[in-house]
Amino acid sequence: MTAALIIAELKLDFYGVHVLRGVDFTVPAGSFTGLIGPNGAGKSTLFNAVSGLYRPKGGSVRLGAVETTGLPPEKLVAAGLVRSFQLARGFPKLSVFQHLMLYGASQPGESLLPALWRSHTARRREAELAERAHGIARRLRLDHVLDNPVTALSGGQKKLVEIGRALMADPKILLLDEPMAGVNPTLADEIAGHLTALNRDGLTICLIEHDMALIKRLCAPVIVMAEGKVLTQGSFDEVAADARVQEAYLGRRH
Amino acid sequence: MLSYVIFTLTLCGIYALLALSLNLIWGGVGLVNLGLAGFFAVGAYASAIATGAGAPVLIGWSAALVVGAVVGLVVTFATLRLRDDYLAIVTLGFAEVIRLIALNERWLTRGSDGISGIKAPLKAELGLQGFSYVYLAIVTLTVLGVWALLRRLDLSPYGRAMKAIREDQQLAAFAGKAVLRFKLQAFALSAAIAALSGALYAHFQSYVSPDHFQPLITIYIFLAVTAGGVGRPSGAVFGAYLVVIFLEATRFATEWLPGLQPVQVAALREIMIGVALILVLHLRPQGIWPERIPKAPAPSTSPTA
Repeated sequence: MTAALIIAELKLDFYGVHVLRGVDFTVPAGSFTGLIGPNGAGKSTLFNAVSGLYRPKGGSVRLGAVETTGLPPEKLVAAGLVRSFQLARGFPKLSVFQHLMLYGASQPGESLLPALWRSHTARRREAELAERAHGIARRLRLDHVLDNPVTALSGGQKKLVEIGRALMADPKILLLDEPMAGVNPTLADEIAGHLTALNRDGLTICLIEHDMALIKRLCAPVIVMAEGKVLTQGSFDEVAADARVQEAYLGRRH
Repeated sequence: MLSYVIFTLTLCGIYALLALSLNLIWGGVGLVNLGLAGFFAVGAYASAIATGAGAPVLIGWSAALVVGAVVGLVVTFATLRLRDDYLAIVTLGFAEVIRLIALNERWLTRGSDGISGIKAPLKAELGLQGFSYVYLAIVTLTVLGVWALLRRLDLSPYGRAMKAIREDQQLAAFAGKAVLRFKLQAFALSAAIAALSGALYAHFQSYVSPDHFQPLITIYIFLAVTAGGVGRPSGAVFGAYLVVIFLEATRFATEWLPGLQPVQVAALREIMIGVALILVLHLRPQGIWPERIPKAPAPSTSPTA
């Protein structure tokens, strides 16, 4: 199977603390990979280092065949790597529709002169993206709140907007940091349903999640991180049976 | 009285350009530029010096645009790592540096004497009255043109990206936006507009000196944009007209107050301006014509995807 994302020997320090101590793993193309581990294992930090927020101190990140180590976020998005954040973030004064449109890939209307002239290509791309945004909104059932500012949405809807706008960017791989956290079980199920459907349509997803039932249902393979390294990986049942994983979560038995 | 109205409306237009400039950079990408008076001065001096050396007025105005944009780029590069309050302080310092250069580099700016006799376009042909009408028309048309362009920009994908950067520049980068490019372009364009406003001012007054470019101008423009509505070009223009007309009206309001010294009258005008700002912020914190969220276009009829 080809790899969508290859992380090799990735290292990162914060003020002398080794947060990532040589992380190695591969997200297979088309997979729904789960990333689990106790709090402080370095999962979110890994996302931050892979997505361009932090510059890793060592190691490499490759998106398919493209070396992307240390690229800034906007270059990574252009290369097809899009992420969400643990706490749903948004642009308070932009509407849901604007959020979706903003994430559209390659927009000629974002260059100064085509924007001022309203060039033909800029208008055509805008119309294409608008159609796409309407499609995604329908799919995520956000179509009735398109003109609302994101601040007026419920917590669950904010999570859906995060997923929707990530889809607008036409990603090759989606890194999701706890997209179901803090959401009621019904909506969490709904989000899980959307993600499964997207994955079935060919989207590669790497998901950080603490709810083991969800991980068991959605993800293969599952990668377990602890103390800044990959502890083990495999199917959910394999890693769940691993004594080291139980130890990492529950602490050493005395 | 008529010529006073013409004068006031011309000044309104010049302030409206400054307000459009500030709205682009502050309401657009969210950078607080307290150095507006500096860019205003740069444009005024650039055009005064160029036309003083024999260039036609239109070349002087173009020079102001170019010099303004270049100085804007220099300031942006010098402040790349700064945001919010720190950027505001540096830009405030920049305006002061420009004023001090104007005051001390006598070979270029004639120091505190200022540059007088700046070419007034077509004044000889039109006479004083005709000139003031034509100049009002030139300034007003420039405001209309710049307003129309910036409104287009505001409603374009470019404007959407700028506002995203204003709201959260880190998240905007994760939305794939090249934050630095937008900031540089917006700052250069904004500085060029402020400089053009300065050039129009110089040829209107036919005299510029460092005294014309006090930081108070910047404060008035912030007042104008805040009152009009941050993030909406129409609001900025409206706010500028409102502020200038209010400023001029306070002249008359203080006239019928008996027993005041001229100094007290001047102070009273500033008090009234302060009170007006507080009232606007209290009653309409979002401004009189606030930013609007554009509606999503209707989807095409076939629900695919």
